[in-house]
Amino acid sequence: MTGPAYVEVLDLAAGAVLVCAVLTLWRRDLRAIVSLLALQAVALSTVAGVLASHDHDAALGVTAGVVLLAKGLVIPWLLRRVVRHDPRSREATPLVNVPASLVAAALLVVVAYLASAKVTALLPSTASRLAPIGVATLLVGFFLLATRRKAVSQIVGLLLVDNGVALVGFLLTAGVPLVVELGASLDVLLVVVVLRVLATTMHTRFGAVDLDQLRELHD
Amino acid sequence: MLIYATLAVPLVAGATAAIVPWRRWVGWMTTLANGAVLALGIGLCADTVNRRPLGALDGGLRADALSSFMVVVIGTIALLAALQAIRYLGAEIERGDSSARHASLYAVLVQVFVTCMLGAVLAANLGVMWVSIEATTIATTFLVGHRRTNGALEASWKYVVICSVGIALAFLGTVLVYFAALHVGGHPGPVHGAGALDWASLMVVSRHLDPGVMRLAMALLILGYGTKVGLAPMHSWLPDAHSQAPAPVSALMSGVLLTVAFYALLRFKSVADGALGLGYTRTLLVVVGLGSLLLASSLLITQKDYKRMLAYHSIEHMGLIALGAAAGSSLAIAAVLLHILGHGLAKAVLFLASGEILLVEGTSEIAKVPALLSRRPVLGGIFGFGLVALLGLPPFSLFVSELNMIRAEIAVGLGWVAAVSLVCMAVIFAVVTAHGRHLLLGDAAGAAPLPATSRLVTVPLISGLVACALFGVVAWPLQSLLHAAARVVAA
Repeated sequence: MTGPAYVEVLDLAAGAVLVCAVLTLWRRDLRAIVSLLALQAVALSTVAGVLASHDHDAALGVTAGVVLLAKGLVIPWLLRRVVRHDPRSREATPLVNVPASLVAAALLVVVAYLASAKVTALLPSTASRLAPIGVATLLVGFFLLATRRKAVSQIVGLLLVDNGVALVGFLLTAGVPLVVELGASLDVLLVVVVLRVLATTMHTRFGAVDLDQLRELHD
Repeated sequence: MLIYATLAVPLVAGATAAIVPWRRWVGWMTTLANGAVLALGIGLCADTVNRRPLGALDGGLRADALSSFMVVVIGTIALLAALQAIRYLGAEIERGDSSARHASLYAVLVQVFVTCMLGAVLAANLGVMWVSIEATTIATTFLVGHRRTNGALEASWKYVVICSVGIALAFLGTVLVYFAALHVGGHPGPVHGAGALDWASLMVVSRHLDPGVMRLAMALLILGYGTKVGLAPMHSWLPDAHSQAPAPVSALMSGVLLTVAFYALLRFKSVADGALGLGYTRTLLVVVGLGSLLLASSLLITQKDYKRMLAYHSIEHMGLIALGAAAGSSLAIAAVLLHILGHGLAKAVLFLASGEILLVEGTSEIAKVPALLSRRPVLGGIFGFGLVALLGLPPFSLFVSELNMIRAEIAVGLGWVAAVSLVCMAVIFAVVTAHGRHLLLGDAAGAAPLPATSRLVTVPLISGLVACALFGVVAWPLQSLLHAAARVVAA
């Protein structure tokens, strides 16, 4: 892909990654949040695919496929099964309410642009100037992780952080070497599997997948 | 060949444990495998001290003196932990707390965990190293939750979530280093593809890496790998995970996993020092190191649980190591490495002894376990000498390494840092002595005589303490290895 279409599709897909992240702060229904995560993975994989076709980079093309498969299909499927077990699948009382969360997200985007100024300055290109979007996605994921009390929300927050890092990787370096990329994808998949097992255990023990049940250890 | 064998032996042992049902001999087999890792590590050291690094797998794996040293540390602690696991799992099955299937899973996961750590220190590629370190988190999660209590569940949840976020930040840092290496001076650099994450080629181009990108990368790496090291401000998973995990797992996690993550920081530090000079990374390490020390010394005061006390003690020692690395001179790094070994040994012995105490006393509260020394002299003695080692008293090697780290800090103008850390250490000394006094001394009048502790427990632990003391007194043969390893990453 070349010319203006390349730039437009890339802008759109990278933007969609961030929009999905911010929308997870807005929605409270856990099923909707998981769908947003799947949508974000599609956008992320589009970024990788567009870059791969632009640079004729076969390894990045493979990565795009792996991302779509692992993060777009398998992980959302795993998470949906956790959500289905939990009848109260709403983020009822986040530590920070929704309007305040959205304001915080706006601030985090500004922070992301400021923090990555040095990085984009090294190699000003169509792709690398979008890198702050990845950093912003990471920060939003962090925020979600810190302010939500449902197990699934925390897993989603973790995956947002991971997707943000992956986006930065695609935009700046056209993806890390394939062996590292595959290893990292496998790790993420396994982490989600592990967390799902823990969430299921919580469900059988407490009848809900709620982190407020976990209050035993403290100083 | 040695490198392949080092990775294959623990993995084969793990695979065997997965196939055959749990028996006592499976425990002995994993012990033997981890002993073989130690022997292979010593072989690697002999081959790499003051020689060229060994390579394997088409340059994908590499062992220099530093990696070999880490293999020895991993092998030593894994050996101790595997020996204790035989006793631990046996007692659990006897009481009906656990099934043979559960014990098998334990043995498999521990061997995978050990292999991942070995992979991390033998990887030539910093990306592969990251993948291995993240894999240790996955392998250890179910080990932390092994006891299947609510507390263990909470600890494993916290552990995975916090460590995965931390390690994701480290991955972003790694991506940025890769980016800087690909665009040396704004142009496509001399390294490309997977080579741009190979630490040997990164060391070659380190002077030309973009400082702006490297600054951001190093901050993310210290925050990210710092999470796995247990450094403030991302330490909060550590006391929970280390206190809830079964004792042999706590020994492995506290004794080596923390320092394997620190090994990653040492590798990146030497690259960043080339690009940025010593000052930048030093400032960051001083901040997280002092933060950890202050945190550990203030939170140790209120601890009522001896396993949590040991966990906070780990945060303290990681802080000390970070400060030693901040000094960065060859002397400092050699002291840091000796501290990694000494702390690993002492902490493993203490966690393993505490596991035995928990097993026979049934509680991990300090207040409920008085006068251990008169009731169980051998076990109490091991715990007592372990604490003496950990507090940095001679003749144990931690005394030498702490002294050398402080000397190195003063030599590079970090005298005030050394002073603050000494104050923290004094506070910790007083607090831990008070806790230890209650645990070990005190009145045991009227208590019935208790059965002696099994030799399977005492002999390895006493050997661990003796080794820790020997390394503090006798320089040979460790000295030349430490200096060769330190030269690899020292400024």
